[in-house]
Amino acid sequence: MTGAQILIECLKREGVEVMFGYPGGVVLPIFDRLYDADVKFILTRHEQAAAHAADGYARATGKTGVCLATSGPGATNLVTGIATAYMDSIPIVAFTGQVKTTLIGNDAFQEADVTGITRPITKHNYLVKDVKDLAQIIREAFHIAATGRPGPVLIDIPVDVQLAETEFIWPQAVDLRSYKPTYFGHPGQIKKAAKLIGTAKRPIIYAGGGIITSGAWRELRELAEKIKAPVTMTLMGLGGFDGRHELSLGMLGMHGTAYANHAIMESDLIIAVGARFDDRVTGRLDAFAPHAKIIHIDIDPVSISKNVSVDVPIVGDAKNILGELLEQIKKLPDTSEWLTTVENWKKKYPMKYKDDGKIKPQYVVEQIYEVTHGDAIITTEVGQNQMWAAQWYKYHSPRTFISSGGLGTMGFGFPAAIGVKLACPEKIVFDIAGDGSIQMNIQELATCTCNKINVKVAILNNGYLGMVRQWQELFYKRRYSQVCITSPDFVKLAESYGAAGILVTDKKDVRHAVEKALAIDNTVFIDFHIEPEENVYPMVPAGEAINKIIGGLA
Amino acid sequence: MKHTISVLVENKFGVLARIAGLFSARGYNIASLAVSETLDPDISYMTIVVEAEDEKILEQIKKQLNKLIDVITVTDFTKKEHTERELILVKVNYSSKDKVKLESIFNKYLGKIIQHKGDSAIIEAVGEQAQIKQLLQELSQFGIKELIRTGRVAMAH
Repeated sequence: MTGAQILIECLKREGVEVMFGYPGGVVLPIFDRLYDADVKFILTRHEQAAAHAADGYARATGKTGVCLATSGPGATNLVTGIATAYMDSIPIVAFTGQVKTTLIGNDAFQEADVTGITRPITKHNYLVKDVKDLAQIIREAFHIAATGRPGPVLIDIPVDVQLAETEFIWPQAVDLRSYKPTYFGHPGQIKKAAKLIGTAKRPIIYAGGGIITSGAWRELRELAEKIKAPVTMTLMGLGGFDGRHELSLGMLGMHGTAYANHAIMESDLIIAVGARFDDRVTGRLDAFAPHAKIIHIDIDPVSISKNVSVDVPIVGDAKNILGELLEQIKKLPDTSEWLTTVENWKKKYPMKYKDDGKIKPQYVVEQIYEVTHGDAIITTEVGQNQMWAAQWYKYHSPRTFISSGGLGTMGFGFPAAIGVKLACPEKIVFDIAGDGSIQMNIQELATCTCNKINVKVAILNNGYLGMVRQWQELFYKRRYSQVCITSPDFVKLAESYGAAGILVTDKKDVRHAVEKALAIDNTVFIDFHIEPEENVYPMVPAGEAINKIIGGLA
Repeated sequence: MKHTISVLVENKFGVLARIAGLFSARGYNIASLAVSETLDPDISYMTIVVEAEDEKILEQIKKQLNKLIDVITVTDFTKKEHTERELILVKVNYSSKDKVKLESIFNKYLGKIIQHKGDSAIIEAVGEQAQIKQLLQELSQFGIKELIRTGRVAMAH
């Protein structure tokens, strides 16, 4: 078989149903093989979108997403998408073409040192120099991407390797002596944690994306209900615990609920599961949760004691460890007084916004929630739209909130929605966007219409790069520098691509517009002209302790 | 404080770049680095000397190294019995009147003259950090023209 044939055969054996990408000179042998291959190929209009779509597919399913681009600019266009997946621990395998092995390092046409460029933003990467290694490398790449703490893996394949022939040998198993992720927690540490939980008075569970990755939501719920501890989630953890549950405090951190932030600051025990104490969560580190002991469960030892010192570290898979922990907890803490305190914070600082008859972005998100009964999969762009989507839609189940958390990539939500829709065709997929972010990958309208991909995009259009404007308002004396933006007529633009568009300028039309969009069997842009200077609250200024909450009604 | 770490890695192209990138991306400086093949040609052995302000940074470095797919094992020699050696080449001013004095120094430190030309000589010496430091101090009175060090290598007991 040729290298290109081996690649297609490996994809089939790895169970790849769909891949995203863009052709180019040095990947012609692969595209020739794709011409009559079984794998579904979605041609995006930009390689960045291919990476985000593969990422969205992975987030929605837990399976590994796959994308493909040519050498040089094709590969560098993938970089933002790969970095996005890396920061959020999402399994993708990215294939890139490379110039002929004999030309590597010669500044050949469309040459870039892609393994060099992506080294710090991949879990691992490969340059294939011999076709005999190709099958083994692809097998390893899928294994590495999806196991342990997942992440993107890139395989760079020179064009002559794609054309070279060898016998196809499918490696039955992958055994890497240097890569053995830990899945089961240390029994002694789990016992210690169980003991600590028994003596806690004000415990709180702080759940991150690891809950979703490991599929630990049932165990998480069981733990919370067993020890009667409130649960707060990171942005990545949303959906890991039902947002409607009475023990849910919603999101914590910079734009978290005031009650989640007060609760974590006053707690005497933090049970962190699959979260990494990111600066957006902890605020000022030396003031973070001063009375709390910390149990930290994470599959990545690097995450433990990186930002905060931990009392009981437990390395391993969240699902296994929580299951084990549930069995080990003999003494239950008495948290009744603590839950009353938390309930009082909920009453004192509820999530609110001022309803003054204008279109408020919070209202739009609430309406999307109501119309879809919380059953849609929401993707977001980055900025105010992302925070409103996180705050005002209640996520009932995992893999329903899909957002670029770590890297904060504007332009992520729309192509990610494409990947999500392909993974879950029966689901309503809504991208909650801003007028700034949507223009970063707006060309993907063509991908939607050409492939009859039906996603809905709610553009919270305020004429500003809203989050930057909010910071300029609050911290730079309203000196609005390069944040006032103009946009095309989104309705006409959508229509020109063959999609549908709805303009909403009046609050009373919001709900109807959402309903109408759902009734249209096509991709729809809904252009909501919202209150231009609405801010995201509650807010903790960067570098402050997270109970120093400013602004709004919280 | 300086710490000596050894790392067993897969002997493949790009591995050194991964290790170096890990340090540079976090602004940690590598004080010295020695790499060579082991008895098993598929495995390389690196001895890395790093400057780490505190235990926490050292812990992070070790964990980050372990996280690299091509890294097989990481050993921290800070609290481990081990032998360390470094080889140096020093070019010093050498005149016949200093000959006796210099030779007594070499004998003390197992150094030897490996080349002598005109008024300078190249000296080779092997030793632990403290010995190398002392040797260099003693040689400085004659005038050191050039110094090349291999960096430390370390082996656990």
